[in-house]
Amino acid sequence: MSHLLQLITPALPEVFMAVAAMVLLLVGVFREKESTTLLTWLALAAMVVAGGLVIRSAPVTAFNGLFVVNGFTSYAKILMLVGAGLTSLLINSWAQREKTARNELPVLVMFATIGMMMMISANDLISLYVGLELQSLSLYVLAAYDRDNQRATEAGVKYFVLGALASGLLLYGSSLVYGFGGTTTFDGLATAVKAGPASLGLMIGVVFVIAGLAFKVSAVPFHMWTPDVYEGAPTPITAFFSVAPKIAGLCLFLRVLVGPFGNMIEQWQQVIIFISILSMGWGAVAALAQKNIKRLMAYSSIGHVGYALIGLVVGNEEGARGLLVYLLIYLFMNVGTFAVIMSMRVKGKNVEDISDLSGMAKNHPVMAAVLAALMFSMAGIPPLAGFLGKFYIFVAAVNAGFVWLAVVGLLASVISAVYYIRLIKIMYFDEPGTAFDAPDKLAGTLMVGCGVLMLVIFVLPSSLVDSAQAAARALFLG
Amino acid sequence: MEILLQEYLPILIFIGIAFGLALVIVIASLIAGPSRPDPEKTSAYECGFEAFDDARTRFDVRFYLVSILFIIFDLEVAFLFPWAVSLGKIGVFGFWSMMVFLGVLTIGFIYEWKKGALEWE
Amino acid sequence: MIIASLAFYLFSIIGVIAALNVIFQRNPVHCVLWLILTFFNAAGLFVLLGAEFVAMILVVVYVGAVAVLFLFVVMMLDINVTIMREGFMKYLPMGALIGIILLVELAFVFGGWTMSPAAEGLRLAPAPDMADVNNTQALGNILYTNYVYLFQASGLVLLVAMVGAIVLTLRRRPGVRKQKISEQVARRAEDTLSVVQVEVGKGLQ
Repeated sequence: MSHLLQLITPALPEVFMAVAAMVLLLVGVFREKESTTLLTWLALAAMVVAGGLVIRSAPVTAFNGLFVVNGFTSYAKILMLVGAGLTSLLINSWAQREKTARNELPVLVMFATIGMMMMISANDLISLYVGLELQSLSLYVLAAYDRDNQRATEAGVKYFVLGALASGLLLYGSSLVYGFGGTTTFDGLATAVKAGPASLGLMIGVVFVIAGLAFKVSAVPFHMWTPDVYEGAPTPITAFFSVAPKIAGLCLFLRVLVGPFGNMIEQWQQVIIFISILSMGWGAVAALAQKNIKRLMAYSSIGHVGYALIGLVVGNEEGARGLLVYLLIYLFMNVGTFAVIMSMRVKGKNVEDISDLSGMAKNHPVMAAVLAALMFSMAGIPPLAGFLGKFYIFVAAVNAGFVWLAVVGLLASVISAVYYIRLIKIMYFDEPGTAFDAPDKLAGTLMVGCGVLMLVIFVLPSSLVDSAQAAARALFLG
Repeated sequence: MEILLQEYLPILIFIGIAFGLALVIVIASLIAGPSRPDPEKTSAYECGFEAFDDARTRFDVRFYLVSILFIIFDLEVAFLFPWAVSLGKIGVFGFWSMMVFLGVLTIGFIYEWKKGALEWE
Repeated sequence: MIIASLAFYLFSIIGVIAALNVIFQRNPVHCVLWLILTFFNAAGLFVLLGAEFVAMILVVVYVGAVAVLFLFVVMMLDINVTIMREGFMKYLPMGALIGIILLVELAFVFGGWTMSPAAEGLRLAPAPDMADVNNTQALGNILYTNYVYLFQASGLVLLVAMVGAIVLTLRRRPGVRKQKISEQVARRAEDTLSVVQVEVGKGLQ
C-alpha cells in the first residue's frame, strides 16, 4: 500500500482529478435527472483540491522520467486550473439558461483539464502526446457539444479534422526526433542535442513539433481554425478554449523548447520569431474587419499568443517570466471579457454583433465600464494590467538584444488598440440600440471581479511577478 | 529473424494457394462455362418490378455509435495480449496495472450501459 | 532468404497499388475495401520486419474495427460521388505543392543522415534478440510496468472517446415502447381489469 502511494504521489493531483472525474461521471449517469449544477460545483471542488495538491507537491521526476513536477509546472497548472474553474462556472450557467445542460458537461471539462495537467508535466514526447490527445479529444467534444446547433457541429468537425492533422504533424516530428536523437525523454534529448552539431533530421523534427504545438495554441500560420471554432462553439466553451488550452499549450511550448532543445536555440529561435511576428500582425490586422465579437476575440487571442511567444523567443529566465506574467493577466482579461459577451442578450436571445454593443454605456453603465477597462487592458494601456504583461515581455526582448522585435510588438499593439478602442467608442458614443437583459449574478460578479483585478494587478504586481520569477527559475534549473 | 520468418512460411504458402485457386476457379468458369449475355440478366430485380430507388440508403447514426464502442473495447483487448504473454515476468504490479486499466474502462462500460447506449430500442 | 525478398516485393507492390486505388476509386465503398487490402499488405510487411505484434494488431484493430467503422461512416454520409469530385482539381495544385515540399524535406532528412552521436547510447529499450524474447513479450515486459503512466493515460483517452461518442450521438427517440420485464411480470389482473355489470339498454358509461 505504501509502495503504491509512493508511486502515485508525484502525480497525485492528476490521479485525484481522474478519480473524481470518473466518480462524477457515474454520479451523473446514476442520478439520471439533469443535475449539472451540482456536478459543476463538485468538479470545482475537485479542481480546488487538485490545486491544493499541486501547491503542496514537491519537485520530482517520476514514472521512469515520463513525468516531472517542479515550480514551473505547478505555476502553470494553478493558472490553468483557475481558468478551467472559472470558465466551468460560466459553462454551467450558460447550459442552464439554454436548457442544454447534460451531466457529462462538467466531466468533459475535467477530462480536458487532466489532459492539460499531463501536458504541462510531460517529460517525454510520448507523455506529451498522450496528454495532448486527452485534452484535444475532450475539447473536440466540447466544441460540438451543442449538437443540434449547426454552427457548433461545424465548429466541432473543423476543430477535429484540423486538430487531428496537427497531432499528425506533431507525431511525425516526434518520430523524426526519436530517430535522430535515439530517445523520446526530454532529459535524453537534451544530452543528444548537446552531444554534437544539430543534425538536419533532428532540426526538421523539431520544426514539425513546433508546427503541431503552434496549431494547438493557434499561432499564425496555423490559426485558420480559430475564428470559426470560436464563433461556432457556445460562448462560455469558447471562453474555456481561449484560456485553459492556451495556457497549457504555451507552457508546454516553453518546456519543450528550452528543455530538451535548449541547445538548439539558434535553430528554433528563427521559427518562433517568424510565428510570433505573423501572429501579432495578423491578429491585429484581421481583427479590424470583424463584425462578430467572438471572431474578434479569436483574432485578439491570436495576437496575444504572438506577444507571449516573444517571451519564448528570448529563451531565457526573463523571457519565461514575462510569458508567465502575460499568461496570468491574459487569463483574467479573457474570462472577464467572455463573461460580458455571455451577457449580451436581448430578450432572452444571444446576440454577438459588435454593433449590438451600442449604447451599453447608458443601459448598463457598470458592464460598459468593465468592458472598457478590459479592452484598454487588452490594448496594453496603463494603468491596467495588460500594460504590465506587455511591458515585461518587451523589456525581456530589449534586454536580450531583440529591440526590433519589441518595436514590431509595439506597432502591432498600436494597430490592435484601434479595434479595442472602437468597441469602447461603440459602447459610449453610438446611438443606443436595444438594451441587453440584466446579466446573471455569476457573470456579473466574474466580470466586475476581473475588471477590478486588472487595476489591482497593475498597482500591486510584485507578488505575481515574484511567483512567475520563481517558476521561470525552476524551469531553467531543470 | 530467419526462424521467425520460417514460422510464417505456411501462411505464405496458404496465401499462394488461395490466390492460385481463386484464379483457377475464375478462369475455368470463364473458359468452360456457357456464356449467353443478356442485359436483363444483370438488371436489378425487385419482386417483379423495376428497382424503385437506389440501393444505397443512408445508415442510421446508431451504427456508428455501436462500432465506435466496439473499437474502444477492441483496443482494450489489444492491450490484453502482451499482458497475458508476459504476466509471469511483470508480477503483481503488472497484474494490478492491468486491473486498474480495465477498471477505468469498466466505468465507461457501466456508464454506457446505464445511459442506454447499448440498447437498440 | 530469397522467399522473404519475393514476399517483400509482392506485399509492397500490391500495397502501393491498393493505396493508389484508395485515392482514385470513384465509389467510396470501394475505397474502403482497397484500404483493407492496403492494411493487409502493410501487415505482411510488418511481419517481414519481425514486428509480429504490430502486424496482428493491424489486422485485428484496423481491418477488424477501423475499416468497418469507415464503411459505416461512408454509408451514413451517403456521399454523392460527383459532388465529392468537384473540388478535386481545384485543390490539386495546392495539395501537390505541399506533397512535394514534404518529399523534398524527407529527401533532405535522408540525405543528411547524421544521428546525434549520443543517440545509440540513449536508447531506453532496444528490441531484444528475437531468439530469446518474442515481440509481444518484449512489449509486455515494459508496457505495464515501466510505462504504467502512459498505459493508464491511454485508458483515460479511451474513456473520453467513449463518453464523447455517446454525448454527441446518443439520442432518446420519443415514443419507443421498451420491454420492462420486471414491470410486465409484476402486473396483476386487478390493476388493469375490472368487471362491470352493464345494465341492459344503458351501455357502458
